[in-house]
Amino acid sequence: MARITLDHLAHAYKPNPRTAEDYALKEINHVWNQGGAYALLGPSGCGKTTLLNIISGLVQPTRGRVLFDDLDVTDLPTEARNIAQVFQFPVVYDTMSVRENLAFPLKNRHVPRDKTARRVEEIARLLDLTRVLDRKASNLTADMKQKISLGRGLVRPDVAAILFDEPLTVIDPHLKWQLRSTLKEIHRALDITMIYVTHDQTEALTFADKVVVMHDGAVVQTGTPDELFERPAHTFVGHFIGSPGMNILPCKVEGATAFIGDRSIVLQRIYRPLSDGERIELGIRPEFLQLQPKGMGLPVQIRRIDDIGRTRIARVEMSGRPLAASIPEGISIEGSEAALAFDPRHVHIYANGHLVPGEPIGEHGT
Amino acid sequence: MTLVLDSVTKKVGALIHIDDVSLTLERGSLNVLLGATLAGKTSLMRLMAGLDAPTSGRILVDGKDVTGWPVQRRSVAMVYQQFINYPSLDVYENIASPLRVARLPKSEIEARVREAAKLLKLEPYLDRKPLNLSGGQQQRTAIARALVKRADLVLLDEPLANLDYKLREELREELPRVFAASGAIFVYATTEPSEALLLGGNTATLFEGCVTQFGPTPQVYRRPHDLSTARVFSDPPLNTLKIRKTGGSASLSTGGEIRATGPLAAVPDGDYTVGFRAHHIALESAGTDEIAIPAVVSVSEITGSESYVHLDASEHRLVALVPGVRRLEPRSAVTAFVDPRHLFLFDTVGCLAAAGPAQKAA
Repeated sequence: MARITLDHLAHAYKPNPRTAEDYALKEINHVWNQGGAYALLGPSGCGKTTLLNIISGLVQPTRGRVLFDDLDVTDLPTEARNIAQVFQFPVVYDTMSVRENLAFPLKNRHVPRDKTARRVEEIARLLDLTRVLDRKASNLTADMKQKISLGRGLVRPDVAAILFDEPLTVIDPHLKWQLRSTLKEIHRALDITMIYVTHDQTEALTFADKVVVMHDGAVVQTGTPDELFERPAHTFVGHFIGSPGMNILPCKVEGATAFIGDRSIVLQRIYRPLSDGERIELGIRPEFLQLQPKGMGLPVQIRRIDDIGRTRIARVEMSGRPLAASIPEGISIEGSEAALAFDPRHVHIYANGHLVPGEPIGEHGT
Repeated sequence: MTLVLDSVTKKVGALIHIDDVSLTLERGSLNVLLGATLAGKTSLMRLMAGLDAPTSGRILVDGKDVTGWPVQRRSVAMVYQQFINYPSLDVYENIASPLRVARLPKSEIEARVREAAKLLKLEPYLDRKPLNLSGGQQQRTAIARALVKRADLVLLDEPLANLDYKLREELREELPRVFAASGAIFVYATTEPSEALLLGGNTATLFEGCVTQFGPTPQVYRRPHDLSTARVFSDPPLNTLKIRKTGGSASLSTGGEIRATGPLAAVPDGDYTVGFRAHHIALESAGTDEIAIPAVVSVSEITGSESYVHLDASEHRLVALVPGVRRLEPRSAVTAFVDPRHLFLFDTVGCLAAAGPAQKAA
């Protein structure tokens, strides 16, 4: 068990990197606390697998160090790092029984037989594999095999960390729910640092206490699920998290007013003068943008209503720009003309993609 | 064209892969096959395509019996979960390939490739090789190739499953427009209820080789005819409890008695399974005549704007989707409240006996 420190870490796959673009992983400084549940979230090619491979020792970083507690492991091979890994596809010995599969990582490390037996029973119970312990792994479904892979990752009690690389990709939606909550329960029961790599926001947000969002080789925000949702530090986070993602609109800002085309929106924060050289944008999530009858806010044209079962989402156009908005219960909209109500508490201003904090307008006046 | 499956069954050895399926798919329609892995989605598509012949039953195209016709004699295009393209050909030639095989005139090939590329936003990439494309672009190429053939039947077998979440969202939004422009019969297999809802069209729910229900997608979601359909078309999983109705009251398998109101008032005395969706559980009481279920928190998962709270209620595992960030301590006691208006009541063989008033969207 360990705290993992990434110290000025950067990686380029090509030799002699010069500019930032040459780096698949741009400089990162980060501490993963012992016992934490972390997710590394981002689209394909964002550098998350590179980072995971550096932590596991499969890739040697171009620059920087990886520390497990105070031990520099940067030059240590994977097998000397004392970590467990679970991959996207099941890694299971078909000829062995489920019990033998689970015991394998312990047997390899000469853990006493009775201790191994107890640990295997415990992990099997946590993963609901007790019934099949004595069956051959070859006859089991893909779901079951992936559970065994998870079990093999979890079985060693002394690992520094467990790394999961998209572990639920092959799992059906219904079982995903079950396995995700099982993993969370196990995390609590075992007190092991877990790092979970995924492109799926639901998996990342529901599994992790802290989510590290990556984009273009860089960490753009680290935060709790609600921080990422409520206050995206970067327009990419706003877009990537949430379904549909945040609406991002080019705007101008003067003091506590934002102008979108010839429409103005009153903000709850006051902003420094934002220069013309910067790309200034306003961000608001569909959840905080409500469709209203015509005349009750900024005028928009309705393009489409998506019925996604438990809610409906309005796809609208404002001054030629597409936006997604939520439809409050009990609102009836006739025709294609409607209006939008912005919840000012949830309007954010971005300069060149980065959140501009602004100053709260005090209650004593503006 | 119209494609009709008439009591189609497919057996492999003693195993029944497809069990007496009858479906009518109309020209220009989008039809989702929704079901878990091994429910029979791919088997059914292979029968539609003519890649496999049914063990019994008939397949009709515009009234004509084509049962047993091989795929080559039919007008079919397929897109698979894996991105299948010719690695040595550029995107243009990948899209053009079925037209070259069919020896179409050059000008016609040019026109069709350009049109499909435009529809799928591939115009900037036409001279690239597939391996230099993102997964989303590779799958767009495969879809474009399926479209240029102008086949009467286009089958897509979990086409977005291997894509990143956000790419999936983007393509899923475009596909209905692409489909509408084509006029073919589209059949789209997925394991994900949310995908079916976003695509719209019609949905056939599959369970153990049977089509349990077929109809307009939102209608199948809101009015499942049986427990299997409700379960297949529910993500998070459908919450269920047992209930016994006796006269004006009903007792729950989680303990407690309630007044038999709402759909419970409409059914005869007896045993039922009640089903309700995650977002219909509240953790605060909102009024009278609610079902109150004492439960213990197992895990709460926070998605940013909402929280999934997993609950243990005697023998049952329930999932509640509640607004806001709710960090509930594991093993803490809570009460789950459900408004009877949102209940589905299934009889002992799983058929819908009654349901709350037609659910509104929210």
